[in-house]
Amino acid sequence: MSNAHEDAGPADARPSVSAVTRPMGIETEYGILAPGNPRANPVVLCVELVAAYTAATSESGAPHVPWDYAGEDPLADARGFRLDRAAAHPSQLTDDGGRATNGAGTTELRRPSAQERHHQGHNAVLGNGARLYVDHAHPEYSSPEVSTPREAVRFDRAGEEVMRHAAVALATRPTGSGEREVVLYKNNVDGKGASYGTHENYLVERSVSFGDLITYLTPFFVTRPIICGAGRVGLGQQSETPGFQISQRADYVENDVGLETTFNRPIINTRDEPHADPERWRRLHVIGGDANLFEVSTYLKLGTTALMLWLLESGEVPLELDALTLADPVAEAALVSHDVSLTHALTLSNGRQMTALEIQRTYLHAISEAMDRAGTPDQATAEVLARWRSVLGKLETDPASAAAEVEWVAKHQVLQSMRRREGLPWDHPKLAALDLQWHDLRPERSITARLQAAGRMETLISAEDVAVAVAHPPETTRAYFRGEVVRRYPGQIAGAGWQSVVFDIPGREHLVRVPMTDPLRGTRAHVEGLLDCSVSAEQLLAGLQS
Amino acid sequence: MQQQRRSTRRDDEPELPGPEVPPTQGQNQAQAQQVDDLLDEIDSVLESDAESFVQGFVQKGGQ
Repeated sequence: MSNAHEDAGPADARPSVSAVTRPMGIETEYGILAPGNPRANPVVLCVELVAAYTAATSESGAPHVPWDYAGEDPLADARGFRLDRAAAHPSQLTDDGGRATNGAGTTELRRPSAQERHHQGHNAVLGNGARLYVDHAHPEYSSPEVSTPREAVRFDRAGEEVMRHAAVALATRPTGSGEREVVLYKNNVDGKGASYGTHENYLVERSVSFGDLITYLTPFFVTRPIICGAGRVGLGQQSETPGFQISQRADYVENDVGLETTFNRPIINTRDEPHADPERWRRLHVIGGDANLFEVSTYLKLGTTALMLWLLESGEVPLELDALTLADPVAEAALVSHDVSLTHALTLSNGRQMTALEIQRTYLHAISEAMDRAGTPDQATAEVLARWRSVLGKLETDPASAAAEVEWVAKHQVLQSMRRREGLPWDHPKLAALDLQWHDLRPERSITARLQAAGRMETLISAEDVAVAVAHPPETTRAYFRGEVVRRYPGQIAGAGWQSVVFDIPGREHLVRVPMTDPLRGTRAHVEGLLDCSVSAEQLLAGLQS
Repeated sequence: MQQQRRSTRRDDEPELPGPEVPPTQGQNQAQAQQVDDLLDEIDSVLESDAESFVQGFVQKGGQ
């Protein structure tokens, strides 16, 4: 959204540029383990975990709000064709199969049967507008749509708190059999071949061609882990080679461009499901990033990517970025990740060689120049630019100086200290255990909690602000409307999705679905007044339809 | 030379690091020392049987 607009303030009267403001969000699949029963079925554990959380947090005993799949189209491909359902891998069918998408205006729906309600039980919409559910064999938190990188960090941190609460709720639930103790890990690999994702989503103006996204973002994504990788013990999908690498996900990149997310994973994912007006927006679904516990790493990951998208939307991409095309991006993803010295030179299609730091510098430079031409960066934009510049500078001169900001640097430092003290080789199980426990969500077991307590992990969001984000939606997207109706009208919301809310008005024969196709409507500014004067969902509906 | 740089550079990392391995810069050294101060605390929260913990950490693939 290259929304340069006249700013009343600045003396130079240049337009203020909001280059990092756009609808975005993060979905995270967590690792899950039942320490007392390693053979426990993970899907069952996930179902019980989600059910325990919704039971513990539901207002006044009202049933939780299930997910509404209206408008989901996971097989649409940004390259312009649609995968045949019969040809799709079952893991790609995330929309629950064959429901009709609704058009504009409200729709009346049949009430689900008790059995159908039961099947919706592990797929909940939370009062902060997020979705908590079971994806494959992992509990997943999909953050609500936010509009800035800093808000993305806040609602990603809220997801950690939701997962923590869920584990406690399961351990202390009053009824039910089965496992009670589960441990959750915010990571992406088990070190034995399995990987699970942390996906970023960004809406991008449809006017940007998908070819340009591939051309300019591929070298960016291949080199981005140096500023936001979470670090990993072991090289190769099964950790077959001892060592340490920058990224959790790099060894699972097997393709340059494609639709898949669970196998043959691409650098650029082509799922084109904007959950918004497809004439205006496309969704960039980024599947190669790591789950970060370091807030600055998450912030840089989202912030720099948003800047890239702003540059592409501006339509003024400088020629120097064309030169960054990589000769072999899939191979380079692993080579960059395996090089903690940051000296590996990537081979470009034009035969030149550049390090990952040099490539990142080139992107930063191009964006800074474009910003100078466009106007004055707003505060959110200036902060991302300054942080990116500063972290690259630290990595260039003394990587250890970035240890409070860049997660892989901190993890590498701790592991190296442990190795030095005890003379451990990289394939020693103690180092693999430390790597896993780095991501353990339990405060008493978490390594990152120790670093934070020692002042070695910079935070951007206060604990109070994270707590607010657990219970309240963001205010600047349609997630506000979704979260607020879930919060305010318990028992009267039959479902909600990215672009719909389904109302269950007592006494009415049918449910009513309200579409929310514009992610930038339904904000606090738009609907708080109406919500405040609507005591019931029925009044709200009347207000919306008048 | 270029081919060598394309390797994963594991050659640069000694298999069994001794106190001499580390950082070349003073600031780096100071920070490493601070991390050393945390190792006992980290040790106290690490799984006591690291090997069986790591072996038991098996996940299904996801997205």
